[in-house]
Amino acid sequence: MTENYSEIINEVVEQFGKDRSRLMDITRAVHAKLGYLPEEAIGLIPKALGIHRVEVRDMASFYAFFSREPQGRTVIRLCNSVVERMKGADAVAKAFEKAAGIKFGQTTADGMLTLEYTACIGLSDQAPAALVNGTPLTNLCPADVPAIVQALKAGKSPRELPQARVDLNLRQPGPVIFAPMQRGAAVRRALNMSPEEVIKEMNASRVRGRGGAGFPTAMKWDFCRKAEGGAHYIVCNADEGEPGTFKDRVILAQCPDLVFEGMTVAGYALGAVEGLVYLRAEYEYLLPSLEQCLAKRRSLGLLGENICGLEGFNFDIRIQLGAGAYVCGEESALIESLEGKRGAPRDRPPFPVQKGYKNEPTAVNNVETLCCAARIMEKGAAWFNAIGTKDSTGTKLVSVSGDCEKPGVYEIQYGMSVDALLQLVGGQNAQAVQMAGPSGQCLAPKDFGRSICFEDLPTGGSVIVFGPQRDVLECMHQFLEFFVEESCGWCAPCRAGTTLMCKMVEKVLEGKGTRNDLRQIETLGNTIKTMSRCGLGQTAANPILTTLRNFSNLWDAKVRSEDYVAPFDLKKALQEACAVTGQKPHAEE
Amino acid sequence: MSQQLKIVIDGKEISAGPGQTIMEAADAAGIYIPRLCFHEGLPPGGHCRLCTVKVNGRPVSACTFPVAEGQVIENASEEMTALRRKIVEMLFCEGNHYCPSCEASGNCELQAMAYRLGLLNPQLPYLRKPRELDASHKDIYVDRNRCILCGRCVRASKLLDGKTVFGFEGRGINKRVAVDAERSLNETPFSVTDQAAKICPTGCLTLKRKGWAIPVGQRAFDKGPIGADIERK
Ligand SMILES: Cc1cc2nc3c(=O)[nH]c(=O)nc-3n(C[C@H](O)[C@H](O)[C@H](O)COP(=O)(O)O)c2cc1C
Ligand code: SF4
Repeated sequence: MTENYSEIINEVVEQFGKDRSRLMDITRAVHAKLGYLPEEAIGLIPKALGIHRVEVRDMASFYAFFSREPQGRTVIRLCNSVVERMKGADAVAKAFEKAAGIKFGQTTADGMLTLEYTACIGLSDQAPAALVNGTPLTNLCPADVPAIVQALKAGKSPRELPQARVDLNLRQPGPVIFAPMQRGAAVRRALNMSPEEVIKEMNASRVRGRGGAGFPTAMKWDFCRKAEGGAHYIVCNADEGEPGTFKDRVILAQCPDLVFEGMTVAGYALGAVEGLVYLRAEYEYLLPSLEQCLAKRRSLGLLGENICGLEGFNFDIRIQLGAGAYVCGEESALIESLEGKRGAPRDRPPFPVQKGYKNEPTAVNNVETLCCAARIMEKGAAWFNAIGTKDSTGTKLVSVSGDCEKPGVYEIQYGMSVDALLQLVGGQNAQAVQMAGPSGQCLAPKDFGRSICFEDLPTGGSVIVFGPQRDVLECMHQFLEFFVEESCGWCAPCRAGTTLMCKMVEKVLEGKGTRNDLRQIETLGNTIKTMSRCGLGQTAANPILTTLRNFSNLWDAKVRSEDYVAPFDLKKALQEACAVTGQKPHAEE
Repeated sequence: MSQQLKIVIDGKEISAGPGQTIMEAADAAGIYIPRLCFHEGLPPGGHCRLCTVKVNGRPVSACTFPVAEGQVIENASEEMTALRRKIVEMLFCEGNHYCPSCEASGNCELQAMAYRLGLLNPQLPYLRKPRELDASHKDIYVDRNRCILCGRCVRASKLLDGKTVFGFEGRGINKRVAVDAERSLNETPFSVTDQAAKICPTGCLTLKRKGWAIPVGQRAFDKGPIGADIERK
């Protein structure tokens, strides 16, 4: 066995040039070959790479898609994110357990099937959904499940199943992202300018990052270009993990050319020779078409050496797959992950534009931002500027899901009100709207007149509609569970704080909470927000903190009037001790 | 020597050298900023966040953030102390800390920090999760019940001892200190003379056969609160 393993592992390590920074790919490849990561492999990989065993253990134990236990030939990962559960994922889960004869987290005795839960997989508009060995199955219903399980057990490829289809649900294309494009037009126009002029044009467009933070893109590129380093990098953030977001998936499926076009423009502007796409593991099924697109661009001279005939402009793009960790969307965690390590965010400064990937100046941009960049090059800053509002130029893609008639992706102009968006999607009777996903805010109808733009309601793209029938607080609790699961654990306030907060919220939702508990929850939430190291912790308490503000009536209705309610049942807690000692507990009073 | 900068901490103006972190400048000026994961001679870890201060109103970690001319810094305000106290409370509730029976009592930085910040009985729920104890090594225990994941042993073993005996494993609330071995510490080249053996702020890494060696009254924090050494400067 060992001989066999060591042969496989040495081969894989060779394949990646014995490069420690490719540990992620090496581990992915070993995992794919062995079906899991046995302890032996954890010992052999570092030997082949000349690093410590604990480094491999550290990295491999961090990512959800790496299993340390043998897994079934087919691994079913059912998404149990909030929208999925609204759409019946719990019943689908039961059906899977029944059909497979195992619980989630288990593997069938014949080694055929493993059932696992997973966080949002970017298919909330066609929920419930699952990934089966990476292939997405959508719009699942309990009645379909027995046939699915039977087919998979019989060795059928998940791709042959009728549920293996992903709809684009592109409900409203707009002028910036989804308008027809001419391959190479943006790159050619950029190459007719100097890199400084490209950045100037970007600056004139006033485009801001679409990934959430809204940082001016031209400024980021300028900092990066001017930072000293042996190499510069442009990184496309395609980790799209915020629950309820799926617009980057639609871009990558519909117009990858525009993304690569934008990256090439950025590469020219920054003076980079390499661009990297960090693609979340959940989107692995998009990899073949993305690679195909890259190959096409290489063959057309749009990537590679002397691009478009410009002597000395050499630039190419590599796609790095993740392995299941929401925090890797945070740009510094993403860079750590790109370097083959656990996705732990870094403290800033230094910022990635100063010291990023391999400690060199690196600009990280969202998929959609890079599309904007390409379009600005193609059509000019003035054209872009004319769309949107004063401080939010251009269009924004929103991924709408939940209780609405037409879930999907909408390319809207900045400045649209929440009300108008609800009209558009058929969600007029919403009780609440989760703007910008769990890390954003839960809006009450009083806020529906506000507009979607950086000045008022910024969003990375996730919009979740809660209809009148929903238990909003239960949904917030599930969001909190998501952050508990996804906290990287590096810093104390987020690691311990989210878990403790979840326990306290559960106490209240079980009807055992008091007004004092709500105050404690708020204090804890504010501590996590202020003291955490990165954006994950800084926003993890938002579902609770924003509903304490906007839906205080719902929280008030949950708490009891007593000053104190014990979180445990005293009699039950003493039962075991009483049984052992043969004593009876003192009667109260 | 390059030019000195002026910064203001809690209303007091101090001078700082360019390239210094806020914590270094404060230490030199005899101003204590609470910390648990930081240790002199090691790069900052950024784990505990106790050293968070507000710079011009924005929270940053003092152990990593560089000084700049004119910074107005809030450190020992009531608000910052309450926030730090809450983090210490979280650490107590996250692990299993039985101070009265712990041989690190009196020398423990976590306990001393709780005293300094005025933590009374925790209001947060205890997690009470069993944690693994590794007693395999002949000279030292790893009692993860008392681990606060400061990472000092991890950095010290790698950077001071050149051994990388320790690392992290898992994520979120399941993150823990791992050893560079298939099973346990005795398989590693760890030695009681390593710097990493002396650097644990709590009783997680504890010497065998040395419990309660220092009489009460002479322990590290019997004579003064944590941070007093810096404030005496
Ligand atoms: C926890 C967390 C997750 C994030 N996830 C993503 C993501 O999936 N995609 C993304 O583009 N940005 C994400 N971001 C924001 C990135 O850190 C970064 O700001 C962004 O990629 C910059 O690109 P932009 O300027 O083009 O928006 C995330 C941030 C945090 C704190
Ligand atoms: S805030 Fe959370 S995710 Fe961010 S570094 Fe701290 S533990 Fe990790």
